[in-house]
Amino acid sequence: MGRDGGVSCLRRAEMNMMSVGGIESTPAPAPAPAPAPAPAPLDLDEVHVLAVDDSLVDRIVIERLLRITSCKVTAVDSGWRALEFLGLDNDKASAQLDRLKVDLIITDYCMPGMTGYELLKKIKESSNFREVPVVIMSSENVLTRIDRCLEEGAQDFLLKPVKLADVKRLRSHLATKDVKLSNGNKRKLPEDSDSVIITPPSPSLTISTESSPPLTISPDSSDSSSSSSPPLSPVEMFSSSPIDNDEDDDVLTSSPEESPIRRQKMRSPGLD
Amino acid sequence: MDLVQMQKSLQDYTKSLFLEGILDSQFLQLQQLQDESNPDFVSQVVTLFFQDSDRILNDLSLSLGQQVVDFKKVDPHVHQLKGSSSSIGAQRVKNACVVFRNFCEQQNVEACHRCLQQVKQEYYLVRNRLETLFKLEQQIVASGGMIPAVELGF
Repeated sequence: MGRDGGVSCLRRAEMNMMSVGGIESTPAPAPAPAPAPAPAPLDLDEVHVLAVDDSLVDRIVIERLLRITSCKVTAVDSGWRALEFLGLDNDKASAQLDRLKVDLIITDYCMPGMTGYELLKKIKESSNFREVPVVIMSSENVLTRIDRCLEEGAQDFLLKPVKLADVKRLRSHLATKDVKLSNGNKRKLPEDSDSVIITPPSPSLTISTESSPPLTISPDSSDSSSSSSPPLSPVEMFSSSPIDNDEDDDVLTSSPEESPIRRQKMRSPGLD
Repeated sequence: MDLVQMQKSLQDYTKSLFLEGILDSQFLQLQQLQDESNPDFVSQVVTLFFQDSDRILNDLSLSLGQQVVDFKKVDPHVHQLKGSSSSIGAQRVKNACVVFRNFCEQQNVEACHRCLQQVKQEYYLVRNRLETLFKLEQQIVASGGMIPAVELGF
């Protein structure tokens, strides 16, 4: 089955043609093997994305876009199903220690029932998933809508129709979460290229952004409230050019045990 | 017709669809997602689009045919069709939907009827053209050939 692995999502979709419900992709979500205090080494091929879109056509396309960039995908057709999948659909506190590993949630904005914005809020309210980046997709380029989503904690906002370059960009940021700050600084503020990135000794698999201690120590010693130096908005941070993505790929192939500081030095300022 | 001729026909045909604005670059995006592991991706997605659209156009005809038109029902359908046509690169269908939505907003029943006709027209057109395109592809594959990549300099 090529690099996708598993049953083609399209064959399933054909079988379920007229049905609107249900989860469409394989593999079925498996809980993490154990509540590991020591994180597993970063496995770049196991990024798991939850995609939410009420449009069948769009679900198929986004699923393919994600799979082609080496993500595992679970695609659902509504906010409710997404919450169900995440175990957030009832109020009882989840005592499960073996949590679902979801690295990214990408959702359509306009959906009947629960909008992507409402889903975003619910995710940000949950203790288990509030640190998972949520990306909103919309066919409408409405600034107030974009602002609202970003204010609520969305990591990025993609204009539909979604392109391969958009997904590649998202994917590269997921994998380079430790060094994205240096990318951001380098791209927008060349004078900060000397800043040193210090990450916590045990890198976690899920992205920790606002809730972790400030990760950047720059010459001006700003303690950034967001995970970047002040002038950078989250949208800017993720608007990398394709060229930067290629550089990220270089970093991706390096060993995860490598010190982030060494990684930083590998990226000579001249590479931009 | 030999293989090379068929491939050239396919390329010319595909180019014409872009030149006429029937398809836009999003269709190229879909083609990028097709490979040896998913050799029928484009035709499969497009087929789903056709099925989806048939259903939506049917619903729209019903909704607009009511004595009192409920625009709260009409608009979401048009929005849906606009979205899916945009996702596969069916540019003229998408554009017709944009116009349609404007008239929905104005609750202009007459204009909406005209819009529905326009959308249907564009839809049948792209459907017809894409079906022809896929047939050409099938002929090539059946003759043991490969589908040439489209180079349009977008």
